[in-house]
Amino acid sequence: MKRIARSTLQTAINLVFFAVLGTAILASVFFMTHDAIVKSEEGEKLKLIMQIVPPTLFDNDIIQDTLSVPVDPLLGNDEATLAYRARLHGEPSAVVLEAVAPDGYSGKISLILAVRANGELAGVRVVAHKETPGLGDYIDVAKSPWIRGFDGKSREVYKDADWKVKKDGGQFDYMAGATITPRAVVKAVNKALIYFGENRDRLFAASEPKKEKSK
Amino acid sequence: MNLQEYKDILHNGVWKQNTGVVQLLGMCPLLAVSSTVVNGVSLGLATAVVMALSGAAIAPIRSYVPNEIRIPVFILIIAVLVTVVQYLMNAYMYGLYVVLGIFIPLIVTNCIVLARVEAFASKNPMLPSAFDGFAMGLGLTAVLGVLGAFREILGKGTLFSGIDLALGEWARDWVLHVLPNYKGFLLAILPPGAFIGLGCLIAGKNWLNLRAQRKRNNPVVAGPIDAGCSPAAHG
Repeated sequence: MKRIARSTLQTAINLVFFAVLGTAILASVFFMTHDAIVKSEEGEKLKLIMQIVPPTLFDNDIIQDTLSVPVDPLLGNDEATLAYRARLHGEPSAVVLEAVAPDGYSGKISLILAVRANGELAGVRVVAHKETPGLGDYIDVAKSPWIRGFDGKSREVYKDADWKVKKDGGQFDYMAGATITPRAVVKAVNKALIYFGENRDRLFAASEPKKEKSK
Repeated sequence: MNLQEYKDILHNGVWKQNTGVVQLLGMCPLLAVSSTVVNGVSLGLATAVVMALSGAAIAPIRSYVPNEIRIPVFILIIAVLVTVVQYLMNAYMYGLYVVLGIFIPLIVTNCIVLARVEAFASKNPMLPSAFDGFAMGLGLTAVLGVLGAFREILGKGTLFSGIDLALGEWARDWVLHVLPNYKGFLLAILPPGAFIGLGCLIAGKNWLNLRAQRKRNNPVVAGPIDAGCSPAAHG
């Protein structure tokens, strides 16, 4: 009995040793790469924002000028997201919002959109989607310029009835064979613009001085 | 270990015991990621690196790990190495990291990694084990690359699309539009295309093997017409 207990203990110690060693290696690699990961993620975000906010529109550090946006059915987000504010000479010029179209052909479509201070869309991009490759994926700017059709549109010019694909009597193009996808995107963009209209002042409010300096 | 043994390991990994078309292990990434050459080759190389590292890490400790717990210990080590590779890709190859996404952590569950560690690294010294892992990974990369090329040309009419994600913006011009103004063929990009393509690859490999075998059995009758009818070929 005693011998079995001893060999079991030895085996357990052996396993614990490897677990501790593995954890130590992982922890050190995590700390070594952490800064680079944060930097590349921010760089990627900035690249995306630069696509929809013309560089002439802001001179602030847009990545740091953020506001937490709580869950709102108009945006379709299921957790708080960040709004990025573009300012030129201290004056608010545009805001970047994240929105989710919940009713894509195969699941959610994540969007990022920039709205100018006057309520005009500066640009929309699809960040993530699971639409059918070759059919519904023309909402992706890498596949087709369709999404650029939103540039310059606003709820001033287009009323609610216009925020639909042409098949449904609206103003937006679609491609034959895939109307569910653009329908979802158009609807989500319209709702996000309504959200912007209702929360305009709060979205552009000057950022509170940060209590803790982010690394 | 002499040179010949290393040559055998390489031949074994890339051709004779190829993970993709002979052992048929690790089908999940093979079928999911092989929609383009760049995706396939990238994940293949990431797997090769993990396999080489796990071979190198497990061979030296093989005598210290009790037999009863070798599987958990091996999996633990493989998981650590995969996570290290994932962190490094997240930090320095962000675009590719986003494209490969869930399939990087899934390398842990790719049975070929554990299979080689169990079959080779737990019985051999460090250098041959690392080389065996790498050779097996290279074989997988080759299959992923060929399958990716097949699916990409048929499905999208391009080659090397997305290479800018792997190598940086400057490589964007390398994308070849093999079939200009191609409308695309959805089946090739969706999972069935992967199954069909893999089937063709396996058939092709078997055909090449059979042909080599015939030549060996029947070296005199090497004429192209006679080769198929020769009774010796069906041995």
